[in-house]
Amino acid sequence: MKFGIVVFPGSNCDEDCHHVAKDLLGCEADYIWHHDTDLKGADVVILPGGFAYGDYLRAGALARFSPVMESVAKFAAQGGPVLGICNGFQVLLEAGLLPGAMQINRGLRYVCRDVHMRVENDATPFTSLYPKGSVVKMPIGHMEGNYTAPPDVLDRLEREGRVVFRYCDPEGRVTDEANPNGAARGIAGIANEAGNVVGLMPHPDRCSESLLGNDQGIKMFQSAVSALATR
Amino acid sequence: MTAITEELVREHNLSDDEYKRILEILGREPNLVELGIFSAMWSEHCSYKSSRVHLKKFPTTGPRVIQGPGENAGVVDIGDGLAVAFKMESHNHPSFIEPYQGAATGVGGILRDVFTMGARPMASLNSLRFGRLDAPRMKHLVDGVVRGIAGYGNCIGIPTLGGETTFHKGYDGNILVNVMNLGLVRTDRIFLGRAEGAGNPVVYVGSKTGRDGIHGATMASEEFAADEAKQKRPTVQVGDPFTEKLLMEACLELFETKTDAITGIQDMGAAGLTSSSFEMAGRAGSGVELDLSKVPVRETGMTPYEIMLSESQERMLLVARRDRLDEVLAIFHKWELDAVEIGRVTDSGRVVLFFEGRIVADLPAAPLSDRAPVYDRPRAPLASPEGPFLWQTEPEPTEFGKCLRRILASPNVAEKSWIWGQYDHMVQTNTVERPGGDAAVIRVKGTKKGIAMKSDVNPFFCMADPYRGGAIAVAEAARSVACTGARPLAITDCLNFGNPEKPEVMAQFEAAVRGIADACRVLGAPVVSGNVSLYNETDGRAIPPTPTVGMVGLLQDVDKHVRMPFRANGDLIAVLGETRDELGASEFLRVVRGRDEGPCPEVDLEAEKRLVDLLATLAEKGLLASAHDVSDGGLAVALAECAMQGGVGATVALDGAARSTALLFGESTGRAVVSFAPGNESAVRDLAKQKGVPFSAAGWVGGDRLRIDGRGKPLVDEPVDALAGLWRGAFRKALEAADVL
Repeated sequence: MKFGIVVFPGSNCDEDCHHVAKDLLGCEADYIWHHDTDLKGADVVILPGGFAYGDYLRAGALARFSPVMESVAKFAAQGGPVLGICNGFQVLLEAGLLPGAMQINRGLRYVCRDVHMRVENDATPFTSLYPKGSVVKMPIGHMEGNYTAPPDVLDRLEREGRVVFRYCDPEGRVTDEANPNGAARGIAGIANEAGNVVGLMPHPDRCSESLLGNDQGIKMFQSAVSALATR
Repeated sequence: MTAITEELVREHNLSDDEYKRILEILGREPNLVELGIFSAMWSEHCSYKSSRVHLKKFPTTGPRVIQGPGENAGVVDIGDGLAVAFKMESHNHPSFIEPYQGAATGVGGILRDVFTMGARPMASLNSLRFGRLDAPRMKHLVDGVVRGIAGYGNCIGIPTLGGETTFHKGYDGNILVNVMNLGLVRTDRIFLGRAEGAGNPVVYVGSKTGRDGIHGATMASEEFAADEAKQKRPTVQVGDPFTEKLLMEACLELFETKTDAITGIQDMGAAGLTSSSFEMAGRAGSGVELDLSKVPVRETGMTPYEIMLSESQERMLLVARRDRLDEVLAIFHKWELDAVEIGRVTDSGRVVLFFEGRIVADLPAAPLSDRAPVYDRPRAPLASPEGPFLWQTEPEPTEFGKCLRRILASPNVAEKSWIWGQYDHMVQTNTVERPGGDAAVIRVKGTKKGIAMKSDVNPFFCMADPYRGGAIAVAEAARSVACTGARPLAITDCLNFGNPEKPEVMAQFEAAVRGIADACRVLGAPVVSGNVSLYNETDGRAIPPTPTVGMVGLLQDVDKHVRMPFRANGDLIAVLGETRDELGASEFLRVVRGRDEGPCPEVDLEAEKRLVDLLATLAEKGLLASAHDVSDGGLAVALAECAMQGGVGATVALDGAARSTALLFGESTGRAVVSFAPGNESAVRDLAKQKGVPFSAAGWVGGDRLRIDGRGKPLVDEPVDALAGLWRGAFRKALEAADVL
C-alpha cells in the first residue's frame, strides 16, 4: 500500500500528506517530482495543497502542464484513486480530470478556518468510512475556492451523485451562511464519472490528529487504504 | 568619474565626521561606488550606530544558546539534537509607503534570515501598530499590510500564528510592521554567514538584481516629511513568494544533502550584495573578490553602484567548497533558479569589486563594520508622569457592565479573526494552539516537545515609563508563554523608536533597553537576536516607544499544553498574583475616559519569575483546566475572554483593597486567571504557596452569564453570548465603519 504525493514547485502540503500516510497510517509514501513521469508504483496518488507555480496566472493553470500530469491522467483512466486537496483540486480542474473551475472567494480574501461539510457520496475510495449524510468538520485555507460550472454540468454532477461534500452548518443544513467562499450549490468536493478521482477544497491532512484539535480527516486516507485492501 | 562633492556626501546621509573617517580608513577619496557602500553599511539600519552602546546591556548567553546576536538569526538548543532559530525584524518604513509590498517583503526577509541558518521556517508572528482607523490612508494601510503578510506567508507555506495589533493616534503617521519567524534546525547542521577558505567560489543564487530598493537601508534610517512617502516609493522592494519558496527548498535540500559542500551563506537583505559580501568577509576575517558583470540582472545598463545597492528580494550569497561547486549549482538548477559563481574568497582582508574588467571598488572588509561610527547620543532626563492623576479622584462609573462591553468592543481588545483568518495558520500541521490564545503553540514532529511563541509590548506603558514598559513586555510575554505550560527559553526583539538624535527619544530607548535587559536576566531568557528601527517620525512627531519582544518557550510534553477557554461546569477559578490599586495607562482610561494617563503599573520581576514557574509547573503536573494571562483590560476582560472562548459562564467574587474600577479593569502586572477541577484545588493552592505566588479563590465556571462581584457588591452581570457577539463582531464593524470592507 503506497501513497504517491506529487510535488510541484510551490506545493506546500506535500510533507503534511506524507506525514499522514507514513507516520499516522504506517503506509509507504513517496514524493513524485513534477518533472518525473514515473509514479513509482503508487497505489494512491495525492495532489497536495499549496501554490503550485505560485498560483501565478490562475491556481493550477501552469501546474497542469507539468510532465507528471500525463502519468496522473493515465493512472486515473485506469481506475487508480487520485485525491486532489485544495490546490490539488484546482490542478485537477485545470487538467480537466474533474469538471468546472474555481473563482476567487466571494469575500475576495484568503480564508483560513474550520468549516462543516455534509458527506453526499460515501461510495468513493476516499469517503467510504464516512456515513452518507454525516457532518464532517475540516479546515480550509484558500483564496480561490469558489467552485463554479455551467448549470447543466452542476445538474449532471448532482444527478450522478458526484457531489462528494457540501458546505453546511454544524447540524448539516446547507445554507448560504455556511458557505465560506460562494461555491455553486455549496459544493466543497466532487468526483469524476468513475468516482476514483476526488477533489475537495478543505484539508483532511490538517485534521488527522487529536493533538491538532481534530482527527476527522484521517478517515479520507483510511478509506483509501480499505478501498485498496478490498479491491 | 563622478567627483565626490559635499552635496553628494550629504545625499548619502553621511555626516562630515563620518566622511572624515572614511578618508582616514581609505587614505584617499572614495569613488561613487565606495561612497554608496559606506553609506549603506553605516546607515542606522545596518550599523546600529546609535543603539549599539546600549544593546551591550542585554544578556545574550545561556546554557542553551548556540548562537547569539550578530548572525542572521539566534539559535537555541531544545534537546533531541534540535534547535530553534528565530528573529524579529521591522519593515515599518516600506510598509508605510507601500503597505502590501512593504509587509510582504518584511515576511520574505525574516524567512530568509531563518532558513539561511539551516532551519526550516515553522511559524511566523507579527506585531502591527496602526493609527486611528479614520486617520488619512489608514484603512488602506491596514488592508494592505494584512493582505501583504497573507499573500507572502500563505504562498510560501509557512503558517502565520497571529501576533498582536494595536491602534493609537501615536501611529497615525508611522505604522509599525514587525514580523517574527521561528525555524527548526538540527544542531549539527547550523550554517553561518562566513566567507571561509581562500579560493572558494562565491555564488549568487535566486532572483535577478533589479533597480528596486536601492538605498532602502538608508531610507529606513530617515524621518519622513509629509507627502514624502509617495516620492520614496521606488525604494520599496517587490516580493515574489514563489521564487522564495524555490530558494528555500533549494537551500534546505542543499543543507540536508550537501552539508559539507558549503562553508557559509547569507541572505541579501538590507543593503543587498553590499552587506552580505562585507559581513561574510568581515566575520571570517577573510576577503572576497566579486565580478559584478556576472551578477544576473533584470535590466540592461545597470551600474556597479546600482548592483551593489539594490535590495531586490529573494537572493542569497553563499560560499561553496571549490571541489563541490558543481553539486551545489545542480541543486539550484533543479529548482530552476539562477546560481552563478560571481567571485572567490581571498585572504586579503579586502573586498575588491570588478566590473567589465576594471576595479570599481577596493575596500578593507573588517573596518567597514569594526570602525563604523558608534554614537552615545545625548539623552534628556526622563520625565515620568507625575500624580495626582485624575482617575485617582474622579467618581467611579455606575455601570461597570457597560464599561466592560465598551472595552471588549474597542479595536485593541476586540477579537481579531478578521486579521488572522486571512493567514494560513495550519499549514505544516504543527499548530496545536491557533491564533487567539495567549501564545501560539506548535508541536515538534518526531519528539514530544512543543514550542510556544508570543510577541508582546504595551506601548502605552512604555509611553508612561519606558523602563517599566520594556521590563513588562518581557514579563508579559513570559507569562503568556507560561500560561500554555511552556518555560521561557530566550527572546528576540524589535526596538521601534523615533529619531535618536532627539535626547528625549534616546532617553526612552536607553531606558527601555535597560528594562528589557533586567527582565531577561531575572527571567533567565537571554536576547539571541533582534533589530532596531529608529527614525519612526513624521513631521517631527515620534511614535510611542515600542520595544516589541518575541518570546520563545519550550514545552517538554506538548500533550500537557494548557488553553485559555474555561472548560467544564463546576471547575473552580482562581486569580494568581496581586491586584493593586492601579488604573494608569489602562485600556479603561483610553476607551471609557478617552485619556492617555499614567502612571505605568508597577513591575516586580522576582514575582513574575515565581508566577511563570508556578504556571509551567501546574501545567506539567496536569492540574489546570485553563490558564490566561491578565493584561489589556484587566481581570474583567481576562475573565470574559476565558468565558467567551469557552462558551460558558462564570461567577466570580473579587477581593482586595483596590477601588472597584481597578479591581475590574486595572492592569496590574504579574497576574493570571486559572481554572481547575475542584479535586485539584488543594494541590493548586499548595503549589502556589510553595512557589510564593498569591492565590485567591475567585469563583466557579458554569451557567451562561459572567457575574463579577467586588467586595460583595455586584459589579458585572452580563450574558456571555451577548458579550461574545459584541467582542467577535466589533473589529469587523469598526473596519466597515472606516470603509475598509
